[in-house]
Amino acid sequence: MSKRIDVKNLDIYYGDFHAVKSVSMTIEPRSVTAFIGPSGCGKSTVLRTLNRMHEVIPGAHVTGEVLMDDRNLYAKETDPVDVRRQVGMVFQRPNPFPTMSIRENVLAGVSLNSKRLSKSAADELLEQSLRGANLWTEVKDRLDRPGAGLSGGQQQRLCIARAIAVQPEVILMDEPCSALDPISTLAIEDLINELKSDYTVVIVTHNMQQAARVSDRTGFFNLEATGMPGELVEMDDTPKIFSNPSKKATEDYISGRFG
Amino acid sequence: MSAPPAASERPPAPAKPPRRPGDVVFSGLSTASAFSILLILAGVAIFLISKALPVFGADPAEVTGGEGFLSYVWPLVFGTLVASLIAMLVATPVAVGIALFVSHYAPKRLGTAVGFVIDLLAAVPSVVFGMWGFQVFAPKLVPLFGWLEEHLGFLPFFESASRTGRTLLTASLVLAVMILPIVTSVSREVFLQTPRLHEEAALALGATQWEMIRTAVLPFGRPGVIGGTMLGLGRALGETMAVAIILSPGVFTWNLIDTGNTTVPAEIALNFPEAAGLRLSELIAAGLVLFGITLAVNLAARAVVERRAEFSGAN
Repeated sequence: MSKRIDVKNLDIYYGDFHAVKSVSMTIEPRSVTAFIGPSGCGKSTVLRTLNRMHEVIPGAHVTGEVLMDDRNLYAKETDPVDVRRQVGMVFQRPNPFPTMSIRENVLAGVSLNSKRLSKSAADELLEQSLRGANLWTEVKDRLDRPGAGLSGGQQQRLCIARAIAVQPEVILMDEPCSALDPISTLAIEDLINELKSDYTVVIVTHNMQQAARVSDRTGFFNLEATGMPGELVEMDDTPKIFSNPSKKATEDYISGRFG
Repeated sequence: MSAPPAASERPPAPAKPPRRPGDVVFSGLSTASAFSILLILAGVAIFLISKALPVFGADPAEVTGGEGFLSYVWPLVFGTLVASLIAMLVATPVAVGIALFVSHYAPKRLGTAVGFVIDLLAAVPSVVFGMWGFQVFAPKLVPLFGWLEEHLGFLPFFESASRTGRTLLTASLVLAVMILPIVTSVSREVFLQTPRLHEEAALALGATQWEMIRTAVLPFGRPGVIGGTMLGLGRALGETMAVAIILSPGVFTWNLIDTGNTTVPAEIALNFPEAAGLRLSELIAAGLVLFGITLAVNLAARAVVERRAEFSGAN
């Protein structure tokens, strides 16, 4: 249930604005890949091109290829809806559907994909997904309460449960802890560690310690100046990036000299 | 701030925050506004009740129709409710469709243009709708009524068709057009306010555009749509001029496509100028009944909206 992603010469545009220039990288299956870099460097944009979510902004388009196990996500015949069913996403702020109960939230994706589940199969999937998100014991007695009534950290884990319930190949996380307190952050980081045994995980983070803690490989994004396109400066094994990066800009950034 | 006298043995009173003149004036103004609405409402209620009282004590034989107030008023209430309900049932789905088109489907400029045209529709005076309904729309409906009579004539609603088209169904459809703008613009506003995060959550799960609307937009907008519908229903219940012009009034009948029936506001408007004494009381009492119905409708709408307030996302 996890796939390798190859990005080849990806250029991303919003209308006329060249947002990210010529990114090439390989994301390994069953591993955690972190994107770090200063604000506006395009790391979230690159993340969103991996499930074509950047297309919700009118005028967004890309050139180049994103291959998921050799299938080009940007081929003409590829439907973005299918891509998103295989590549799940967790957002910066927890966003459970406010009108739905915890149970309905977890099963939202499955019912969308118009599968008819029997009650017992649905219950099983519900428990399995909530256990997978380390949330089951906390919510098992109130599955019919609104999802929005949980704490921020619990809501974020509910969103992770919702994402894994559709059994994606890849899970993208866009700064999943930036709205959470340290204890909830720890819970999510533990969870990310567990998720990588089943999924390909890509995480964008502003927190370099977090990248060092959770990821196997790290990509550093930077931009030369405001208004210039962002670019991938280097990508390597996480310990190497944080101890002995090969580019000066990376070293400056991780040692806190800028950004 | 002066220090409290040292000799005082009482503990110092808790310091009150200073009241700034701007705060005093503004809180006074807004409180006064809030109470004025209660006063006005109470004034209207007192007027209606006091003027309507004679009819409740009157000899039933003297009331129009000769059988007391209730048997006088219920056909009017029936006509009002039927016309408004039909208008609501016709207008709401169309309005939600237009609102979704404007907020989520149309390119921005087309959406703005359509929204503007809908708002223009709200600016058309009801008397104009009445004349249009009478002159243009009613004759156009005559063939439709003929068809209904021919194919659905076994239903009591479609027993025999009118030749002029000036029927309760015509009035209902014109009312539907009249309440369309208000329902549309309230729905459009709430649909536009759907948090982007919820829309993206649905899309990221692999929702198509329509599934995203069903999962994120419609549930979020539901209270707003209900609110807009109730505003529309309120307008339909109270609409006078259009109904008075279009409908050829008459006694109660189940038949919606022939002349007959009337509504409370139309009955009042057509008869008020010549009414005096007990007849005047009758009409005012009918107005009181309408007032009660509108109040009940609004309370019911509130109850519907509040029932799932926990799940509304307004937190």
